[in-house]
Order: sequence, then C-alpha cells, then structure tokens
Amino acid sequence: MEPTVSFFSGFNVNDLWFLGEAALRTLWISMLSISIGTVLGVVCGWILYEGKLAATLTLAPFLDIFRSVPLIIQLVLFYNFAPIVGLNLDPFASGVVILSIYTAALVANVARGGIEAVGAPMRRAARSLGMTYWQDLRYVVFPIGGRAVFPAWVGVALGVMKDSALVSVLGYVELLKASQILITRTQEPFLILSIAGAFYFALSYPISRYSASLERRWAQ
Amino acid sequence: MIEIRDLHKYFGALHVLKGIDLDVQNGEVLSVIGASGSGKSTLLYCINGLEPIQQGSVIVDDTDVHAKGTDINKLRTKLGMVFQQWNSFPHLTALENVALAPKIVKGKSKAEARDIAAKQLIHVGLGEKLDVYPSALSGGQQQRLAIARALAMEPEYMLFDEATSALDPELVGEVLDTMRLLAEEGMTMICVTHEMGFARDVSDRVAFFHQGVMEEIGPPGQIFGDAQSEHTRKFLANVR
Ligand SMILES: Nc1ncnc2c1ncn2[C@@H]1O[C@H](COP(=O)(O)OP(=O)(O)O)[C@@H](O)[C@H]1O
Ligand SMILES: [Mg+2]
Repeated sequence: MEPTVSFFSGFNVNDLWFLGEAALRTLWISMLSISIGTVLGVVCGWILYEGKLAATLTLAPFLDIFRSVPLIIQLVLFYNFAPIVGLNLDPFASGVVILSIYTAALVANVARGGIEAVGAPMRRAARSLGMTYWQDLRYVVFPIGGRAVFPAWVGVALGVMKDSALVSVLGYVELLKASQILITRTQEPFLILSIAGAFYFALSYPISRYSASLERRWAQ
Repeated sequence: MIEIRDLHKYFGALHVLKGIDLDVQNGEVLSVIGASGSGKSTLLYCINGLEPIQQGSVIVDDTDVHAKGTDINKLRTKLGMVFQQWNSFPHLTALENVALAPKIVKGKSKAEARDIAAKQLIHVGLGEKLDVYPSALSGGQQQRLAIARALAMEPEYMLFDEATSALDPELVGEVLDTMRLLAEEGMTMICVTHEMGFARDVSDRVAFFHQGVMEEIGPPGQIFGDAQSEHTRKFLANVR
C-alpha cells in the first residue's frame, strides 16, 4: 500500500528549533523595547513630576494617546504611514519604535509615582548635606523610588513582552507568528500553541522569580 | 559666625518671618522656642538656603547665603542639619548612610569616606551598628544616625529642628545626650526644641519666637526666670 503523501506534515524536532529561535526573537525585541522605553519613560515621568506647565500640557496627552489606543492599531498605523514621511522601517524596527513608545507611556506614570514616593523631607535632608539636585536624584530618589515602584515596573515589562506578540501582524517572525506558520503546515494548533505558551512562560517566569527575590532582599 | 539681618520670609501672602535680627557666635548654643507655626523651622531653612528669602540677609562666615553667586551646596556642608523626621536612607546601611555625602559631595575616596563614617557613628554611640540597615534601628538610633550623617561633612554649625519631637518618650534622652555631647565639644548649634530642660541647661541663649517675630532673646536664666514679654511667660506657663 502506498503511504499517503500529505501536504501537511507532522510536527518534528526542527520545528521545535524554529519555535525556539522565534522565542529568542521575542526576547530580543522585548528586551530592546523595554530598555529603550524604560529610559524614555523615566525621563517623561521626571518631566511630569517636575510639572512645568508647557511640558505637562504637551507630554501628558501625547502619552495618554499611546496608553489608550490598542497596540495593534498603533503598530499597523505606524508601519503603513511611516513610509509616507520618508521613514522606511522594516517590521522589526517599526515594532521596536512602537513598543518602546508604548512602554515609555506606561513607565512614565510608574516613574512619576516612584519620585513622588520619596517625600520632600527626605529630599531636603539630602540637599542639606550639600548634594546637588542631580546627586539627590541619582543617589537618593532613584534608588528609593525605584524600589518602591519596582513591582509595578516588572508588571509593565512582562506585559510588554506578551504584547510583543502583536508585532506578528507586521510579519515579524517572533513566537506567535512562528506558531501560526507551523499551525498552517501541521494543522496541530493545540500542540503548537501549548509549546508557544510554554516558551512565553519560560521567558517570564525567571523574571518574576528574580524580581520577587530582589524585593525580598530589599524588604529586609 | 551667623549674622541674620532684617530677614523677611513669605509663603505667598503669608508673612512667616517678620524682620529677624540675630547673631550666633562661634561656639554658642542657641535654643529657639515658641508655639507651633511661629516660624522656627522656616528660620532654619532660610539659614541653610533650603528656602529663599524675600528681604534681608543671612551671612555665614562672610558668605551671603542668598546671594546669586553663592555656591549653596558648598556652603551647606558647613551647616549640618537634623530634622524632626530622621530621614535615614532606607536602601543603605548605617555606614553607607553616613559615607554617601562625604564621597559624592566632598569627593573623598571610598576608604576615606568609610573611615569618616565609622568615626562619626562611634562618636554618636552607634559603633555596633555599622552594617545594619535603618529599618533595624530604633527611632532614637536613627536620629543619632542622622546626626552622624551631618557630622561626617565636618560642619562648623549644626541646626536641629525639633530633633526629638517625633521620638517615643523613652528614646528622647539618648538623642539629647548626643546633642549635649556636641555642645560640650564646642559645636555651634541652633536648636529648635520643645525640651525646656535642654534649653535651660545646655544653651547659652534662648530665643522665643511668636508669630514670625523674635520676641525675646537672652540667657536661659532670664527667659525662664524673668521673661520680659507677656507672650513668653504665657508660652512657658503652658509648656510646663
Ligand atoms: N512650604 C510652606 N508653604 C506654605 N506655608 C508654609 C510652608 N512651610 C511653613 N508654612 C507656614 O509658615 C508658618 C511657619 O511654619 P514653621 O516655620 O514650620 O513653624 P514652626 O516650625 O515654628 O512650627 C506656618 O503658618 C506654616 O503653616
Ligand atoms: Mg517646625
């Protein structure tokens, strides 16, 4: 009897590699966006905290837009409209730009909360020792406020990592896109989505564990 | 020497200090007493430039605190300040709390800063607590830590703003003892305080503030025994 030749072939070890590589791409685009977004977000949070009228009037609504418009819409709009203003970005770069701004919009509020968590008396004490404004910020406000809002920041970071799946709509082959490709070929959605889910878990679990242990150490 | 001339301070429309004239000589211990809201804390903030002033001047060793060109951060290293709230840096050990400013403000090496910090912590009786985090210290110990932190800058003046007011009664003594020790060592001190015993026993002069005015100043014997101002007598009758 002839074996049935099928266009759909089963899931094999190579596919696992394929998913693994895609998971690394998810990790890479997330790490990059979270890093850039955090730096931008801290600067924005500081501007919001300092509350100079002009900056707040322009920055706050701008950040609100990125916080409230669904990420998938931002991605598609940016990817399709960027070339019109002369920016020819590939899906990866477009994803990094939007994910970074999105992260920054979320981190800005977290960062402002962190600065607010360090009260005026603490800062007066720092300044009374002769610290400059920037030394107070660097050595007192950031470490104390940073610890206070660290759990909130971890929440943002893990969220952005999961949301990076949306960059798949631009055709960037990260974990979700890779799963879709394999599902089309193997017709085994349950197996493949379970594996992809396991990869997402494997990416975020160490981060939550590590941050929990950091928090415990700081709490002593 | 600290010279305060015709100092006026407003918070918006609120006139908080109404023309203060005061000299504090080197080696002198001045206690400042008066009801809450009379402007005592604000006076200290005007002396080390934490608050701007609207009229008059504060001169510390020939430097005008509020002049445009004054390096206020440098000047503040001369003026240690201890607050009602002790404000320990919670992320640093006792030693690191004290060593931080010498390192970053004065540019001392790590080893030098640690030596200075250890010396000052021993000075205030916290020699056993060098590597302990503030959360493991009592309020009294944290306040002494704050004193050591200020002393590590090798200030020539110390400003105390109700350093014992936030403490549990049984912890007040150890902080007052530390302040007494500094006074005996010849430190120039301005102490805003509600501890009348301390004001009477330790200070060279006592100043009474009433609604933004320095109503009366003189040796403790005069203020506590023979106050000239009606307000002073009333205030003292109430705190006793
Ligand atoms: N940052 C501020 N803004 C507005 N008003 C203030 C501020 N700080 C103090 N005041 C007001 O100034 C007056 C004097 O305050 P303060 O110097 O703290 O008094 P004291 O230390 O004698 O209790 C009070 O009426 C107080 O409400
Ligand atoms: Mg006060």
